[in-house]
Parts: sequence; C-alpha cells; structure tokens
Amino acid sequence: MSETELEADVTVDAIGSSCPGPLMDLIGKVKSAEPGTVIRLQSSNADTEPDVAEWAEKSGHELLEVVEFDDHWDLYVRTHD
Amino acid sequence: MTERIVVVGAGTGGSVLANNLGEELADEIDAGDAEVVLINDRDEHVYKPTWLYVPFDEKTPADARRPLDELIDRRVDLVIDRVDAVDTEGKAVSFAGDRRDLSYDHLVLATGAQVTPEATPGLAEGGHHFYGAEGAEALREELSSFTEGHLVVSVIGVPHMCPVAPLEFALMADDWFRERGLRDEVEITYTYPIGRAHGIRSVAEWAGPLMEERDIDVETFFNPEEVDPDAKVIHTVEGSELSYDLLVAIPPHDGSDLVREAGLGEDGWVDVDPNTLAARNADDVYALGDVADLPTSKAGSAAHYAAGALADRLASVARGHRPTAEYDGKTVCFIESGRDEATYIAFDYEEEPVPKRPSKLIHWSKLGYNQSYWLTARGVL
Repeated sequence: MSETELEADVTVDAIGSSCPGPLMDLIGKVKSAEPGTVIRLQSSNADTEPDVAEWAEKSGHELLEVVEFDDHWDLYVRTHD
Repeated sequence: MTERIVVVGAGTGGSVLANNLGEELADEIDAGDAEVVLINDRDEHVYKPTWLYVPFDEKTPADARRPLDELIDRRVDLVIDRVDAVDTEGKAVSFAGDRRDLSYDHLVLATGAQVTPEATPGLAEGGHHFYGAEGAEALREELSSFTEGHLVVSVIGVPHMCPVAPLEFALMADDWFRERGLRDEVEITYTYPIGRAHGIRSVAEWAGPLMEERDIDVETFFNPEEVDPDAKVIHTVEGSELSYDLLVAIPPHDGSDLVREAGLGEDGWVDVDPNTLAARNADDVYALGDVADLPTSKAGSAAHYAAGALADRLASVARGHRPTAEYDGKTVCFIESGRDEATYIAFDYEEEPVPKRPSKLIHWSKLGYNQSYWLTARGVL
C-alpha cells in the first residue's frame, strides 16, 4: 500500500537518518506542535515503526497509519489534545 | 595557479586533515601550487574526551589542551580568528574581526557541535554537564560534596558528542561512590529518549543488564521538556516527572548559525554525501566531524577516519586527479564500564558494533590512547 487519505499538517523528513534519528526528529517536532497536529514522519529505517509505535503509546499520541514506499515509510502521528 | 584549501576549525577533524594535507601535498605546497590554511578561533587544540574524567578529579581541563602551533605541520598556514560567514557563491569566508575576506578553492567546515543547555527551560539553572571545561569543573565541585541523594544522568540532546559518554558517566559514578563507601546513600537513575538505554541496539543490549547488575535505574522514552530548578523536578514530553538531588544532563546540541546562514543545512549540521563528505548545497564545500550530518556517531574517531579519507580526496583534486577515496563510516569508541575496566566498539555505515567483554587491559588501552592522541592530532597515528 502506498496511498493514504490522511493529510499531514507538517512533514518531518528523516530519510537516511540512522536510529534513533527519526524518532528524535519526531519528538522534536511534537515538542513545538499544537495539540491535534498530524505529523508525517518519513524514515528509511526499519526500526522506526516499532520505536514510534511504542513511544506514541507511552506518551499518549496516536500512530494513525504507516504507508510503505519502495525506499521509505511515511508514519502519520497525531499529537494528543 | 595555487589551489587554496581552507579548513575552518582545529578540533580533531580539522587538525588531522590539515596535517595530512601538509604531508601529502608537501611538494605542491613547497612549489607554490597548493596552499592549506587552517583557521581556529583560539590558539589551542582541545581534546574533548578528557572532560569525562574531570568530574571525578582524575584529570584537569589543562590536560585537554595543547598549543596549536606545536601540533600543526609547518607547511599549513595557521590563522587564529573567528569565521563568521561563508559565501558559497563568491567562494570566500569572512571574519569576525578586521581581517580581509579569504577566498578558497576548496572549503572544509570542521566547526564541531555546540552544547545549548538554554534550549531546555530550567536546565542551565538546574543541571550540570561535563561537555565543556567549565561545566566539568563545576560538576567536580558539586560531586565532591554529594554524599547522599538521587543522582540523575539524563540524555536530553540527541545527537550529542561522544555517544557512549552518558553510559560511561553513570557507570563510573556508580564505581566512584562504591569505592568511597557511599553507594548505599546514593540512588542513580539513567534516562534515555528512546525505548532502550542507547541508540545503537547492540550497545543498549550490552548496557541494559550491566546497569541492572550495578543497581542503576534506567528510564526510557524520557524526553525532558522542562526542568524546575527550585523544586528539582524534571518534566517530560511524555507527561512524567522525576525528582533529583543532582542532575547531570547531556544538553541539547546544535551545529552552527554559520551553517544555517550559508544555506548548507537547515538544522545547523551540514547536509553532506556520507561517503565523499561533499556538501549537497554548494560546490567545493565539505564538512568533517561533528558538524557534518552523517549517519554515524558524533565522535572524535569518526572525525579522525573521515579526515584521512577527505585528505586523500582533496590531495587528488589539488593534483588534478579524480578522487577515489571514500569514508565508510568507520568509528571506534572505547567505553569505560567503571573506573578500572572498559570495553570498546567498532562499526561503520554497514556493520553494527558488538561490545567486547570489559577488561582492565582495555581500560589501560583507553588511557594509553588518550596520551597517544596527540600523535593522532599531529597526523602521525
């Protein structure tokens, strides 16, 4: 699957970053985001999805969807209210 | 025509590069065909790994410093001044003082990383760190009178310099308090931003059980967004709180405004090709060491090995040859696991490291290397 109906408010491009770069880039964006913001995190690191899923659960944010492309994943996260 | 290579920053990367170029291009420099200029904003070289030992009063900041003119090849022109702007179109750097702009044919930025405790509210007032001479000395004073309470070692900034130093500090502090008969009075907690004790999975798998064995609590997914210095409480993005009596933080890090203003990288780190170290947003500009946005650690060894590859590339270019040398991400880190035992890891862009069993021999190898580092900075080792 490489399509989604979700629209991101902001995109964080972490393609090419090694672990834990993508999750840290996401956390940095979450710190400054308004509640309810949908963030698209782009990562080419396979560890990013489990890391983000676990962090989102712990911190109360929501991992909405993961979209797979040939060379990376788009992870959609909505910050909690 | 003289090919002028300008290197900004005389830390590990810049110094090794300049010295390697001084040697590799000796004939061209003597003939006036090449020129190597190394610019630094102070007249000393600083070996940052020394700071880890300062809080335990095992070394002093003076041990970390050597005059640059004793370390740098005589064929290299050493300029002590601060570069405050880079014009990548006009191919020149300008200075904070009255010095005239300096043009370049090839520019290497090796300006390192800066610590920015002020980026986390309350951290500068409420926390200590060992990522600088002053910070390490202030922490030494605080530690020397700390006999009971909760010591929190918190990794706030990622990426940060020397990726294993926070683990080393926690393990060394444990050992230090044990030796002094105070460990029962001191609780130690180590916090990390992601779901394990270290970004490199194999290092986390090595450190996790060791921390448990040493009775060091580990808090993961812990991202401080504010420190209350009066109440001595850390508040996190995740909504948790942690009280402390002494906070030793790895502060947030930043590249530099110089990089942002030159359009070389939005986050202050230079966006580079990881193998050639060439900037993606400008011609004939390269970045080396911590300021380069590379998928490896911000470590002196990474800067050292990258400097060797870049020296080979630039020497080839200066001779009119096609450069073929590439940096493969090689990095080696010693890891103190106490005050008389250590391990080490070696890795590159492809290979994950595997920590070896800690031993006294590796600890003494680390201390021995810290002495022979001065040969590395001279480009000898």
